Amino acid sequence: MTDRPNVSGSLRNRLALTLIGGAALLAILLFFAVRNYAVQVAQQGQDNILVASVTSMLDAAAIRDGTVEVDIPYAAFSMLTTSADDRVFYSVFQDGNLLSGYGDLSLANDTFGGNKTFQTNKVRGATVRQISASRTLIGANKRTEIQIALAQTQDALSETLDQISRNAALLGIGFFALTAALSFWATSSTMGQLNKLTTSVTRRGPQDLSPFKKPVPREMAPLVNSLNSLMGRLDHSLGQSEDFIAEAAHRVRTPLATVRSYAEATLQRVDKEENREAMRSMVRAIDESSRAAGQLLDHAMITFRADHLEREEIDLVELVRDLVLRLTPIAEMKDLTLAVYGDEQVRYAGDPILIQSAVRNLVDNAMKYGPADSEIDISVTANPRPEIKVCDNGPGFPTQEIDTLATRFKRGKNAEDTIGSGLGLTIVQDVATAHGGSIKLTNQREGGACVTFSL
Amino acid sequence: MRYILALAISMFAFAVAAQDWEDRQVFNQGASNSPLRIISSTDTDLFAPILQSFVARNPSISIEYLVTGTADIDRRFRANPEAFDIAISSAMDLQLKLANDGFARSLQEVSHPAWAQWRQSLFAFTSEPAAIVINKAAFAGHPIPKSRQDLIEALRARPDVFRDRVGTYDVRQSGLGYLFATQDARASETFWRLMEVMGSLNVRLYCCSGDMIDDLTDGTIAVAYNVLGSYAAARVESQSALEIVLPSDFPTTMMRTAFVSEETTKPEVAETFIQHLVAQQSNTNGEKQLLPSLDVPGNGRERATIALEPALMTFLDRLKRTKFLAEWEDALIQE
Ligand SMILES: Nc1ncnc2c1ncn2[C@@H]1O[C@H](COP(=O)(O)OP(=O)(O)O)[C@@H](O)[C@H]1O
Repeated sequence: MTDRPNVSGSLRNRLALTLIGGAALLAILLFFAVRNYAVQVAQQGQDNILVASVTSMLDAAAIRDGTVEVDIPYAAFSMLTTSADDRVFYSVFQDGNLLSGYGDLSLANDTFGGNKTFQTNKVRGATVRQISASRTLIGANKRTEIQIALAQTQDALSETLDQISRNAALLGIGFFALTAALSFWATSSTMGQLNKLTTSVTRRGPQDLSPFKKPVPREMAPLVNSLNSLMGRLDHSLGQSEDFIAEAAHRVRTPLATVRSYAEATLQRVDKEENREAMRSMVRAIDESSRAAGQLLDHAMITFRADHLEREEIDLVELVRDLVLRLTPIAEMKDLTLAVYGDEQVRYAGDPILIQSAVRNLVDNAMKYGPADSEIDISVTANPRPEIKVCDNGPGFPTQEIDTLATRFKRGKNAEDTIGSGLGLTIVQDVATAHGGSIKLTNQREGGACVTFSL
Repeated sequence: MRYILALAISMFAFAVAAQDWEDRQVFNQGASNSPLRIISSTDTDLFAPILQSFVARNPSISIEYLVTGTADIDRRFRANPEAFDIAISSAMDLQLKLANDGFARSLQEVSHPAWAQWRQSLFAFTSEPAAIVINKAAFAGHPIPKSRQDLIEALRARPDVFRDRVGTYDVRQSGLGYLFATQDARASETFWRLMEVMGSLNVRLYCCSGDMIDDLTDGTIAVAYNVLGSYAAARVESQSALEIVLPSDFPTTMMRTAFVSEETTKPEVAETFIQHLVAQQSNTNGEKQLLPSLDVPGNGRERATIALEPALMTFLDRLKRTKFLAEWEDALIQE
């Protein structure tokens, strides 16, 4: 019935993807930032110890009796103890000549004048962090430069870094999981607002064209605004057409009533039987026309009243009896009996004018399609729901069409000889719907149509 | 082909055997063409039970056990690292330096507490304090000295008794002696005073524990300083004559260590052996042990166990060693 909307892409996916992509990027950045920082701190720690160690070794250098002594303190190597038992290499030079230590550990290029140089080097197949430092010794009649290269493997450092990397990775993953969850939540709560609006549009009754009053987020205000204005225009134009129908029906009815009274009067004066017959059909046609106009009027009225239902406490039995009383003269013209059954009293809060017009249409139909000299049964019951059931002894509803007869201007096959507008059952249905009820069309087994109007 | 190979191997074995060893024995001879070669400073009779229980459990393996001094182990090993599968020595400093220099193989399957191993490649398996060993006869009627200070006083009190009758390691030759001396010197000045007193009594210097204990037992010397108590205790015939004193001021405790050569051709067998060694020495309630087991530090009296750390390399520094030996000679050798 409705066209499928032309869908391209998904706001939710786009939003979620952007947020999660951003979170992943941030998590990766976080991981590398933490790791890099940790590398720096850990390397700084090792470097500091190397500085302390090499300084204590240089401090132990002295010239005694003209020869250089380097009395390496026990603590110099002791402080290089690590949890991973890192290997230590060192070499001591005097003016570039090896005094002691590892001959394969060479100095950095610019080791003189007291400067310290760090480098990452390879010694005996192991990657080491190396410091080269020097100190100038001044003896009685000579000046000499003591240079020391000290290197340590980085096993403990890389163990620490592995651990930090693991922790940083956990941190990153945790951060990502949290942000991803948050993104999902944010996305669905944002989409939730749209869904809410959608359901409130879908849930609306077919007649409800009032503007949306519920608060919506600011971003959705323009959408709701244009929806509201669209519905306003729709309501307006619907109202206009209803008004037009009502106006038209009214305009038709009054002159019809005048024409009818003239026809009646003329009928009294006409003697010729064939002329009287023509006059009578004329009066009948006028009646049908004014009935149709009345139904159109009723329909327009119901459309209007259903939107602003005015409920009041009424007794359905009383209402039906009133109506029967008023219709009895017409029924007697066709030798029909109207019988009311059911409970003594059925209290219900509803719009009496609408319910009356619904029941009148039902009884009208029963009289129209029911055979002469038969009975029309009207039962009013309170339980389980307030219900009015009108049954006749006529031919019943055409079975193939039974489901569609209540639609507007729809007439049954059996109605070809009968005058009618196809609005009667529509009015009944609209009234029931406006009260939150429904109608049900059935055929009795022993013949005759039944309409159950429940509220 | 096989014959030639066997010949070549036996020739090689012969060539190595031609070098002079303090002792050389093959356990489970003939079980395999190429035995597991262990170079060690531990006397064969002390170590034999461990070797025998190992070959009993692994009947397809034979072991060639070569004994020499600690300094000699270092020298030979550095010269020919591929000639030996396992090195065992009481000179912790030399062993640690060998490991530091990359001669030791890292064994991942051996589980050993952190304080008793270094880089998962050097494994300690005994705790042995350096002792003052005394010939009881020389102290008849006199109190047995309990500390270095006591010993200094006792030596000073009766110089005539002790002249020419005190002994200690010649630290220039013995790696273990050097380790003990440097650790003592690091701990206290008392060491130097004791050395001076011993020097004034014309100290006898020994290369190895064995000779020193021989001389103690037959009364040639009355006091030996910094001897391994375990060696003295192992000599059944010396039990009654000797008294082993662990100095109460600061006992220096050494751990015997073993490692597998980086260039071994039998890494699995060697690793199994280290596992066996470590396990044997860790459970104290097993068969009777000749070698002292590994003490967990901190239970009972506090012993100053020399730590396995890079600082052990300090006194191996050429300059430092020269200086230390000069001081030692100054104190001890008074011409
Ligand atoms: N009581 C009834 N018995 C048989 N058919 C009925 C009855 N009431 C309604 N119908 C069928 O339902 C159709 C729709 O009825 P309604 O909406 O009242 O329009 P109409 O003006 O044609 O009566 C009719 O055309 C007729 O075919």
